[in-house]
This record gives sequence, structure tokens and C-alpha cells, in this order.
Amino acid sequence: MLLNQFLLLSAILFTIGVYGVIVRKNGVLVLMSIELVLNAVNINLIVFSTYWGIAGQVFALFTIAIAAAEVGVGLAIVLLIYRNQRSVDIDELDELKG
Amino acid sequence: MNSAALIIAEVVPRVTRETTFDVPANVVFAVQAVVMIFAAIRVVTTKNIVHAALWLVVVLGGVGLNYILLQAEFVAVTQFLVYLGAVIVLFLFGVMLTRAPLGVSDDLDNNQKKIGIGVGVALLGVLSYALIESFGRSKLTFAAYEGVAGPNTNGRTQAVSDAIFGQYLIPFEMLSLLLLAALIGAIVLARRD
Repeated sequence: MLLNQFLLLSAILFTIGVYGVIVRKNGVLVLMSIELVLNAVNINLIVFSTYWGIAGQVFALFTIAIAAAEVGVGLAIVLLIYRNQRSVDIDELDELKG
Repeated sequence: MNSAALIIAEVVPRVTRETTFDVPANVVFAVQAVVMIFAAIRVVTTKNIVHAALWLVVVLGGVGLNYILLQAEFVAVTQFLVYLGAVIVLFLFGVMLTRAPLGVSDDLDNNQKKIGIGVGVALLGVLSYALIESFGRSKLTFAAYEGVAGPNTNGRTQAVSDAIFGQYLIPFEMLSLLLLAALIGAIVLARRD
């Protein structure tokens, strides 16, 4: 197995996630795209842990825990937006625009 | 018949001894890579929000499979438990609580598709150029695991736990503090006063 096959797969996943963050309008779907990005990063950490040492696996575990916390808080924020605005449309949140 | 048996006897030990599990692992990798990329594209393009969550299951399971191919069993199991078990359920709860349109909806994307595709293609170009330039065809050696007991033992998991509860004990404890803060924050944000 080559190092690059995993790295390129993770690059593709990362790119698809970034595309999702740009294009999606629904808050929950944006969070799903962020999950794609975080998983791409985790693949990189695990690939390089075969190279540099077990620390990569430890950091992948840390990332998984932080991603879980991020989803929890993120969904709470989306719920709050829904309660205030009656929609989770991210593009409608333009109150800071002059 | 006899010659076929001879060929098999010739080839099989060579496959097991010299290439180890490289060929089957590459086949598994190719199949799941195609499935994962297709599923990831469906996550960001499907018009049904519940289907997006279910396609995400395929992607996250494929990531777990990648960890198994990379011989990181403990992280793979954690991935299955945390992502497939908890995060997907959280997403489905989010879909339910925000009364997202169930079924097909045309109102999930904004009008930035061209920008999105442009940014994506540019990013992928830069990333893959950098990766191919710097790593080329270098092999995956598993050099980091050499002193550790191999597959069929629990040596890898022991090494991970040694690292977590030895060298990385303080970051680990900080992480539990962060999870507590996230728990309290989520409750404070989401409860009705």
C-alpha cells in the first residue's frame, strides 16, 4: 500500500466537505459537511502514525472526542437559531451586514 | 489438473509470504474508496436531508475501514461507536427537532454552486499536487509499530493506552474537562427558560 493512496482519499473527502460547507444552506447539513472535513483530517493522522509513532492514533482519538463535542454544541446552536428564526437557513442570518 | 495444483502450490506461499496482505488490502481499499467518494458526494448534493445523514453513515464506516487497513484497531472501534452510534443519532435528532423538510426539498442549497465547485477543484488541485510532489510513490511501512506486538495480539491497543495514560495524560484530562464544558454549554444553550 502506498502512503499517497490514503492521503489522496483524505484530500478528496476534505474537498467535498469544503464544497458542502460553501453550498449548503441548512445548518444541520453544514455540520454534516464539517464532519466530512474532520474525518479527512483523522485519516491523515492515522496514516502518519504508521510513519512517526503511536502519537497519531492518540491525537485521532482526541479529534474524535472534540468532534463529538462540536456536534453537540453545534446542534444546540442550530436549535437555538431555529427557535429564534423559525428556520435553520444559514443565509438568512445577515443581521451583522450593514 | 496436476499442473494447476503445482501452480497454486507455487503461487500461494509466495503471495502469503512476500506480499503479505498487500494485494487484498489494495482491492478492499479501492472498492471502499470508490464507495466512500460516491457517498460523500451524495452527502453534499442530495436533496433529502435524512438521506444525507444516512449517506454520512457510509462515509464514516468507510473511514473506520481505513483505520483497520492501517492497523489502528482501537481507533477503528472508537470510530464505529462514537460516529455511527452517537453522532449520526445526534444528527437525526437535529433533523427532527428543527422540523427540517422530510422528503425531497429544493431549498437546501444556496446559489453559490459555481464558487463551491471552483474552490473545491482549486483546493483539490493544490492538495494533490503537494502530496504527489512530496510523497510520490513511497510505501506504507508501518515502521512506527516495529517494537510493538503485531496483529493477532492486543499490542497496538496496549501501546495506545500507554501513550494516552503516560505521555499524553494531561491533554487527556483537559479533553475530559472540555467535554464537560461542552455538555454544560449544550444544556444551557438548548433549554427553554
